[in-house]
Amino acid sequence: MSDYRNIVRQGLWQNNPGLVQLLGLCPLLATSSTMTNSLGLGFATMLVLVSTNLMVSLIRSQVPNEIRIPIFVMVIAAVVTAIEQLMQAYTYQLSQSLGIFIPLIVTNCIVIGRAEAFASKNPLLPSIVDGLMMGLGFTLVLFLLGTCRELLGQGTLFDGAEALFGAWATVLRVEVFHTESHFLLAILPPGAFMVLGFLIAAKNAIDARQKTSQVQTASITRARVTHVASSENSAG
Amino acid sequence: MSFRIASSPHNHSQQHTCVLMQKVILACLPGIACQVYFFGYGVLLQLVLAILTAWASEALVLRLRQKPVLPRLKDHSAMLTAVLLAVSIPAFAPWWVIVLGTAFAIIIVKQLYGGLGHNLFNPAMAAYVFLLVSFPQQMTSWLPPLTLQAQQQQWLDPVCAVFTDFSCAGYSLTQLKTDIDGMTMATPLDTIKTDLSTGKTLTESLQQPVFDSFGGLGWNYINLAFLLGGLWLWQQKVIQWRIPVAVLGTLGLCSLLGYLIDPDLHASPLFHLLSGGTMLAAFFIATDPVSASTTLRGRLYYGALIGLLIYLIRSFGGFPDAVAFAVMLANLAVPLIDYYSRPRTYGHKPKGSF
Repeated sequence: MSDYRNIVRQGLWQNNPGLVQLLGLCPLLATSSTMTNSLGLGFATMLVLVSTNLMVSLIRSQVPNEIRIPIFVMVIAAVVTAIEQLMQAYTYQLSQSLGIFIPLIVTNCIVIGRAEAFASKNPLLPSIVDGLMMGLGFTLVLFLLGTCRELLGQGTLFDGAEALFGAWATVLRVEVFHTESHFLLAILPPGAFMVLGFLIAAKNAIDARQKTSQVQTASITRARVTHVASSENSAG
Repeated sequence: MSFRIASSPHNHSQQHTCVLMQKVILACLPGIACQVYFFGYGVLLQLVLAILTAWASEALVLRLRQKPVLPRLKDHSAMLTAVLLAVSIPAFAPWWVIVLGTAFAIIIVKQLYGGLGHNLFNPAMAAYVFLLVSFPQQMTSWLPPLTLQAQQQQWLDPVCAVFTDFSCAGYSLTQLKTDIDGMTMATPLDTIKTDLSTGKTLTESLQQPVFDSFGGLGWNYINLAFLLGGLWLWQQKVIQWRIPVAVLGTLGLCSLLGYLIDPDLHASPLFHLLSGGTMLAAFFIATDPVSASTTLRGRLYYGALIGLLIYLIRSFGGFPDAVAFAVMLANLAVPLIDYYSRPRTYGHKPKGSF
């Protein structure tokens, strides 16, 4: 059970693909201009991660070690193609606005990274959970980034949500404040870099704060002082 | 007898940061006075807003970083950033433009990179680019000189325009930019760019009322005033000659080439040197000791790169003036320039000779 808890913590916080591994930055920065776009791409990536982790984990004992990467890539490409077709069928408008970034999930380092680092070495269920959590972590960062940028740029929330959720979703749209001159920088790519920088800084600040409180409690209980550095390294 | 062993540099300049910054701000005064004379006192409002915002944001960040606030405020670097940004933006731009821009310059461009001495980019110019990209409409609302404005500028008009977007009589900025014939007037650089793109020749374009016998009306004197301030800075040994000479020389040379090839399609070197923010950039912005190159040879390359970029963007780019973009791009190149222009260490042979 603690294994699964660890997987969850790794995916959502400690090893978050968006904030710590900094993988998949290209779609992260390019499609996070609105909440709808970022959720759409986040869900697609999550679905791909779960499916590829599942398949890679199933075939992990059959795959020869020497040619595992091409096989993983083929699995990923097949899954992404299927999901792209699905999105074109059910959320056509959204797939239009995400454009090339849906097929580009194939090259997203998170997907091949999890297949290689986790799913090819672990049984079925942990692999699925890992894919789900990594995808969820990525989606959360995308969503947060999209929220900040849409709010700063246009002063709205969930603008155009009907492209993802269907016609009822127009009620989700909230206009927080009305501006005649949009804050263009937040919508343009430099704004994505800046907001992501602030998000990473916030995460590091929280980590640093936790670490100092942990060190304070640890220093009381620790009696032995030799090999402190090495034992701490192995613990971390 | 013991000798004190200290590492280099052994020869210290006796001028403190605070005095240097004060002198640079003083040297801006003739240019600011000219701006007031030709365009009204709106620029003074922008200056006040900018300086107050700069102080407030500097104090805020220093407090957050748990650094001493008052000593850092007293070095006047934040004030200088505010002054340089305030003279660069249109005098009638809404108040939130200058407030946002100054806060961005101080908090993000300067303090987040580590404060004075650590910023990669020139804060004022990075903030200018930030504003121009974010609010293109407000950032291009330059009014023509006072003598050309169809609506006589009233005493309180700058205040009304900055805080309500309209003049006291209720005219919008677009209406204020319009002359008696109903034509919208732009800055000289903008006018030339638009006219050339619509197929007019330079001679035809220069017939427009925004031009003087030399350069754009008003702008030529503002640039001469900044040149005067810059020469005073050089005489005071606040700045060295290399960067301004390289900027102005390259810009002059490039525009001379264009002018010689086809004088009907390329503005004269004199016009380029006395338009927009050329002199401000050459003497006040490019010479920023933090974001400029630090080696002697490197400063020549750095200045030349700025001059070249200004000319290229003005002539072939999408924007009428290019000082901020040129300075930022050159800032990016500074680490590389510094690396390749390292001076020979005393006692070592120059690279390549064995």
